[in-house]
Amino acid sequence: MTEPRTLFEKVWDDHVVHSAPGNPTLLYIDLHLVHEVTSPQAFDSLRMAGRTVRRPDLTMSTIDHGVPTAGRELGIRDPLSKKQIDTLIDNCAEFDITLYGLDDPRQGIVHVISPEQGATQPGMTIVCGDSHTATHGAFGSLAFGIGTSEVEHVLATQTLPQSKPKSMGITIDGELAPGVTAKDIILGIIARIGTHGANGHVIEYRGSAIEALSMEGRMTICNMSIEGGARAGMIAPDQTTVDYLKGRPLAPTGADWDAAVAYWMSLQTDAGATYDTELIIDAAELVPHVSWGTNPGQTLPVTGHVPIPEYIEDPIERDSAERAIEYMALTPGMALTDIQIDRVFLGSCTNGRIEDLREAAAVLRGKTISPHVSAMVVPGSGLVKLQAEDEGLDQVFKAAGFEWRDAGCSMCLGMNPDILSPGERCASTSNRNFEGRQGQGGRTHLLSPGMAAAAAVTGHLTDVRSFA
Amino acid sequence: MNAIDRIVGSMLPLPRAHVDTDQIMPKQFLKRVERTGYGQYLFWDWRRTADGAMNPEFVINRPEYQNAKVLVTGPNFGSGSSREHAPWGIQDWGFEAVIAPSFADIFFNNCTKVGLLPVVLTEKECAYLTELAQHKPTAEVIIDVPSQKVTADGFEADFDIDPFIKHRLLNGLDDIGITLGHADAIDTFEKKRPAYKPVLSRSS
Repeated sequence: MTEPRTLFEKVWDDHVVHSAPGNPTLLYIDLHLVHEVTSPQAFDSLRMAGRTVRRPDLTMSTIDHGVPTAGRELGIRDPLSKKQIDTLIDNCAEFDITLYGLDDPRQGIVHVISPEQGATQPGMTIVCGDSHTATHGAFGSLAFGIGTSEVEHVLATQTLPQSKPKSMGITIDGELAPGVTAKDIILGIIARIGTHGANGHVIEYRGSAIEALSMEGRMTICNMSIEGGARAGMIAPDQTTVDYLKGRPLAPTGADWDAAVAYWMSLQTDAGATYDTELIIDAAELVPHVSWGTNPGQTLPVTGHVPIPEYIEDPIERDSAERAIEYMALTPGMALTDIQIDRVFLGSCTNGRIEDLREAAAVLRGKTISPHVSAMVVPGSGLVKLQAEDEGLDQVFKAAGFEWRDAGCSMCLGMNPDILSPGERCASTSNRNFEGRQGQGGRTHLLSPGMAAAAAVTGHLTDVRSFA
Repeated sequence: MNAIDRIVGSMLPLPRAHVDTDQIMPKQFLKRVERTGYGQYLFWDWRRTADGAMNPEFVINRPEYQNAKVLVTGPNFGSGSSREHAPWGIQDWGFEAVIAPSFADIFFNNCTKVGLLPVVLTEKECAYLTELAQHKPTAEVIIDVPSQKVTADGFEADFDIDPFIKHRLLNGLDDIGITLGHADAIDTFEKKRPAYKPVLSRSS
């Protein structure tokens, strides 16, 4: 009888190309996602070494980080971004790699489009030069971010040497209260474990509250695994996963579909398998969360107050909190709902999917945003945008006073023209609230799409549960 | 990658926790397609005051630390984005090693790929080195990779390093070259991959 194994161990074992004691394990990579920012130097080195792309057919590319989300027909005005994007286009042509470019309706954030196309499937290994690659773990794949040297390594060999991470099981049983979303689950977890609580681990999220989530919600959770320090986050495939994938362009068909589903369903963690670390959370205790500081661990229930640093025992965390309160221009002890905002950003690989747009639109229907707030929606992909327009969501957003933009990473990291001005404060559905993340001197509060919509209307951070 | 055997030099103390890669190398500098020249952008915002002028108080701007080769910092250094531009910038500035109580995983990995030595010491040990560098900026630290020891005035500590990473760093080995030594194993693996796994073609 074989030892009981976790989902992570099963996927890991199925991708071992070579292993030897004292050496990292050589893992096969099923899918390599490539974008314009972290790849040019990798392609350059590849060329310099006289190597080529081993499996262009397992490589998918798009342009997302540096693209403008308005006035695209005028071209890319920033000369550096233009050169970077043109470099990707040239590299994809040279090495015969599929590229969803700006003229393709399938263009969008790399972590939105791969699932959308059905390229992300259970039991795969997926890498990308982007830390939010963990998103794809929502399908029960092992997906993680890599640096540019590793991008080159995967291009050349379709493998990666890896030392085996530890495993962490996070079980969330019970039912979420109304107004509490997948974003609140992951913010609540990070608030509890801190930004390095899961360093060196692959997290498996499980339990009835996770099983009840849509694929979009599961992606939101796995996406932010890195914000807890984890290498990857995973959720076991089930009927929800299978239903999502059926009929997608790159999903298997016919006999292949049946074989694939049988394999996917075998990936669940076996009874009796154990994790190196375990955490159990009662879903009923979770409430809407919002970040107050300058790392995602500095997050609290929206009903809370800005911490008073003197009360923080750990000197390192106290220093961190003092610095964050100063940067964020907050007063210790103030209610989070008293924090006034200037901007709202709805989008990103965390919350730029159709369900996120529906959640925000439901809050906004028939309302208008506060006169001192400017707000934008940036759909995660061209296809999300089209679907939202089909459902009339764009009309709801526009009527409320939101700008309706084209797909890209946009203000999540501000590599395109969408940035905060110094001192501006933004309620953002993205994933990082680091100093200057959304623009030099900008201040970010992370929250769910529904909470972002409520804040846009009231002009301050707002508990969506008490918002009518 | 250059081989690393022993690093000898003065330290730059940056006792902050959770220093993220957005601080180390802000996004506006990731638009470049080159691999070199990032040192000038290191800690861009922290090096400046709100009005954009250089902040003479910030440690990396101070003349006494201009020749530092070892960055000594707080826990969870390099959290956030996977941008390899962060270690490139640290290296390009002139640092050869970073000492911290802990590192974020991807950053740590990226350092070992580019030959910037990440050294994990305890919080207490990091605090000692930080104070030493603050009180005596010229104080030298010696990091000896073969013996896995860090020594300085009145200080000696051992550090752990994965044996394979150690071997690679000591010999300046190229990962891809090592992997291509297993080309047969990759071929064999590919032959038995199931047909249902997704494949892209340029027409798709």
